[in-house]
Amino acid sequence: MRQLKRWGPGLLLVSPSIILVGVFVYGLIGRNIWTSLGRRTDYVTDRVLNPGGYLNYVQLLSDPRYHHALWNLLVLTVVFVAGTMFFGLLWALLLEKGVTAEGVFRSILLLPMAVSFIAAGVVWRWLLSPAQGADQAIGLNQLFLKLGMPGLQSAWWSDPGPFAMAAMAVPAIWQLSGYVMALFLAGFRGISDDQREAARVDGATEWRIYRHILFPQLSPVALSALIIVGHMSMKMFDLIYSIAGSNSYTAEVPATLMWIQLFPQSDPIAAATNATVLLTIVALVVIPYLVHTHRSERGDR
Amino acid sequence: MSTTELDRPDPDLTRRTTPPGRGRGQVSAGAVLRYALLVLSVVIVLVPIYVLVVTSIKDAATISTATAWDLPSKLSAAGWVSAFERLAPSMGRSLILAVVAAALSSMLGAMNGFVFSKWRFPGADIIFTMFLFGMFIPYQAVMIPLQAMLLNLPPGFDGIGKLIIVHTVYGIPICSLIFRNYYATAVPTEIIEAAKVDGAGMIRTFISVILPVSLPGFVVALIWQFTSAWNDFLFALFLTQPTNGPVTYALQELAGGQNPNYAQIFAGVLIASLPTLVVYLVLGRWFIRGLMSGSVK
Amino acid sequence: MQHLPGFQYAEWGPRLHRLPTAATEDAGYISKQQIVPVGDVIEDLGGTGVFPQNLLDLLTVKDAIYSVPSNIHRANVVWANTQVLDDAGITAVPADLDAWMADMETIKSKGVSTPLSIGGAWTQVQLLETVLLSTLGADGYTALFTADGDWESAEVTTAAEKYDQLLDYANTASDGDDWPPATDMVIDGKAAYNVMGDWAVAQFASKDVAEDAYSYFPVPGTDGVFDFLADSFTLPKGAKNPAGCKDWLMTVGSAEGQLAFNLAKGSIPARTDVAPDEFPAYQKSAMDSFANDTIVASIAHGAAVSEAWLSDITTAVSKFYGSRDTETLVSDLAAAASKHAG
Repeated sequence: MRQLKRWGPGLLLVSPSIILVGVFVYGLIGRNIWTSLGRRTDYVTDRVLNPGGYLNYVQLLSDPRYHHALWNLLVLTVVFVAGTMFFGLLWALLLEKGVTAEGVFRSILLLPMAVSFIAAGVVWRWLLSPAQGADQAIGLNQLFLKLGMPGLQSAWWSDPGPFAMAAMAVPAIWQLSGYVMALFLAGFRGISDDQREAARVDGATEWRIYRHILFPQLSPVALSALIIVGHMSMKMFDLIYSIAGSNSYTAEVPATLMWIQLFPQSDPIAAATNATVLLTIVALVVIPYLVHTHRSERGDR
Repeated sequence: MSTTELDRPDPDLTRRTTPPGRGRGQVSAGAVLRYALLVLSVVIVLVPIYVLVVTSIKDAATISTATAWDLPSKLSAAGWVSAFERLAPSMGRSLILAVVAAALSSMLGAMNGFVFSKWRFPGADIIFTMFLFGMFIPYQAVMIPLQAMLLNLPPGFDGIGKLIIVHTVYGIPICSLIFRNYYATAVPTEIIEAAKVDGAGMIRTFISVILPVSLPGFVVALIWQFTSAWNDFLFALFLTQPTNGPVTYALQELAGGQNPNYAQIFAGVLIASLPTLVVYLVLGRWFIRGLMSGSVK
Repeated sequence: MQHLPGFQYAEWGPRLHRLPTAATEDAGYISKQQIVPVGDVIEDLGGTGVFPQNLLDLLTVKDAIYSVPSNIHRANVVWANTQVLDDAGITAVPADLDAWMADMETIKSKGVSTPLSIGGAWTQVQLLETVLLSTLGADGYTALFTADGDWESAEVTTAAEKYDQLLDYANTASDGDDWPPATDMVIDGKAAYNVMGDWAVAQFASKDVAEDAYSYFPVPGTDGVFDFLADSFTLPKGAKNPAGCKDWLMTVGSAEGQLAFNLAKGSIPARTDVAPDEFPAYQKSAMDSFANDTIVASIAHGAAVSEAWLSDITTAVSKFYGSRDTETLVSDLAAAASKHAG
């Protein structure tokens, strides 16, 4: 009873959140899965639209259009994550030792994060226009021509090739590299100078200090940045909607396909199925990460 | 009961760690390269902003694809004026949404963070992990039943009311994480023990011991939640209308109109982004400082 | 156009609504019984005396009319830059698609590398529909949207091939592009032709283009056919102010109302009894065509097909833009039709 009196209040304080998260996250996920198992036929022609049960998932997962969307998501995620990690780390490295006007540099590099994806999409849509050549080029292609670098022109995400979606990662990298920079910067600054000084006294080069002292300590930061940025890619909808419009085959990913399933196609069951698969993909990456941090914290304690 | 001042060195954000052997007057190749890369990065990052600003102050008749990259030949404030008129109502709504949702979820996050770090109960870790999972879910996975669930609220909740509920609830996991990490590193357990010895209960401890030192945590949580609520589009699209929704929705409508006026649209983008831009410009240093105090590991 | 989740519909008064026609069921508003018939309003306004029978037929779903049309736009219009045409020595309007493409060859040889300008996905659908209309004729085109419509016929394949050829003369666009940049290309002389609905007139006006600097004609092969899309107003079920809604419908359907509305919008009235005198030159010719031509419905603007069907067509066209595989385009269109027709 004394035990209960000790931790009881804590549980009580957290209980509203537990209930809210329980309902809004787990309850609704459950409801969504339930919806995804529904069966529906066209009331006029009796055509089976959604077969019901696990067959809905079979139907979705065997659809070539869905494969195309998944492939796009993969390309987008890989490029986006690699890009933000690269630039975030680069900028953090450039800034972490302290430079004049550091505040200015830092603020500007962090600025894109303040802009919403929808707002950014409005201007990036123009920037990433696929027309090339002096007659037609606008946006970045036009800029490259003006700067005398016509070879840099590209059809960007409208390119019919399989890796076109990589171009869609460019605005996303632009927006979120600053966040990764902030994480790494905070990470660097959290490591006391003494370690570096001690290493320098021992005669270590700057590069070896980074490699053997600093980077290993930053690996938790890197990992959490990786997971956060990676899962943002899966959810990405606003940016693509804003740049490619609401019905673009070339730039389709599961999230935009879901919008089409729900609204123009009025197929909530397929949309629910799509959403559940998306959740599963995210879970496959996130759950191991959460278990890992849970265990390592248990270990620390 | 006494509150011990937390004795933590305040990390100086702009310290220099210059390796020995470099005099102050000397400019090394490394420094030149460093500045060059930084300036190049800044220029590249500012390209879209340049386009936005320059187009928004152009006279509408002079806007054409041929002169898109050029500085304005004829200045006009018309774009800004008309964009502001179009967006002002939704900006007000967004402001209410962002402030209220950020405040509510930060408060809940602080309470949760405190319990999960310093006043744990059996199973707290599992519950916390389950909270964290909620942070990562794609919101598409709950959107359909969420829409249905929020359908039957009293009319006063339409539009922003629904969004406040949604952003508060889905902000609980990240805010709890931010505060839990912060308290875990910033508040020594001895303080809590001392307060308990002094006879303070949990609430008393929270109010008198924890809250006074929670500012860095609040800074991170408030900034993050404010931005997240202000910039959200997905929830707005599914749960509100352009007439009662936030500025992101209004902006999307503005940009998607039949006869687009690019000066107006680009001015609209800048206007819609101003509050969050200001927050990051003014509070950016505190944001990083907060991150550094261990708010996000 | 945003799509409201169905259940939020009834809170609103009359709302602007793409015309539901007999072949369509726009977002299921009718089947979900979210809007009510307004046949009485149509009758009060003058019924078939003032609205073309053709149009009312297309408005009728299961023997009831669900909306009051306020304005009509035409989708099968080519807008051309007269200077570019003069420089290429083109004086006559081409009679059909092949003659048109021959003209484009001439223009290309004179240095304009993109004789035809195109925009995002929906403008591509619009171009395709005019090509279909030109190749199949009005009756063949309308038959496509019935239960027996054959999208795998030789004519449709020919239309797909001609569409493919037309794209060779066009600029590179991306899916999300809007239409004004394409029309701007004609205004700036970077393209000779742009197929666009008649809201394009507003673009010419806003850029202060002189009336003789541009010309317009129906897409070659579609002379005498009016490819329409209409905006119309519906009456939701359970409207909070039904009398006010009906008043609005009566106003927007009246001759005075349509005159004012259309002068402002740049479209033409759905009524046939509005005097053309006050309208600008283009609208006058359009009103004349509307009164005398065969009327068919636009795919790209949701008049001929349901939203779900249009979504699949748009996907097929968007996919084709990258792949340029006419066989797949035809089979995708046929698949969409069999999924949604009837």
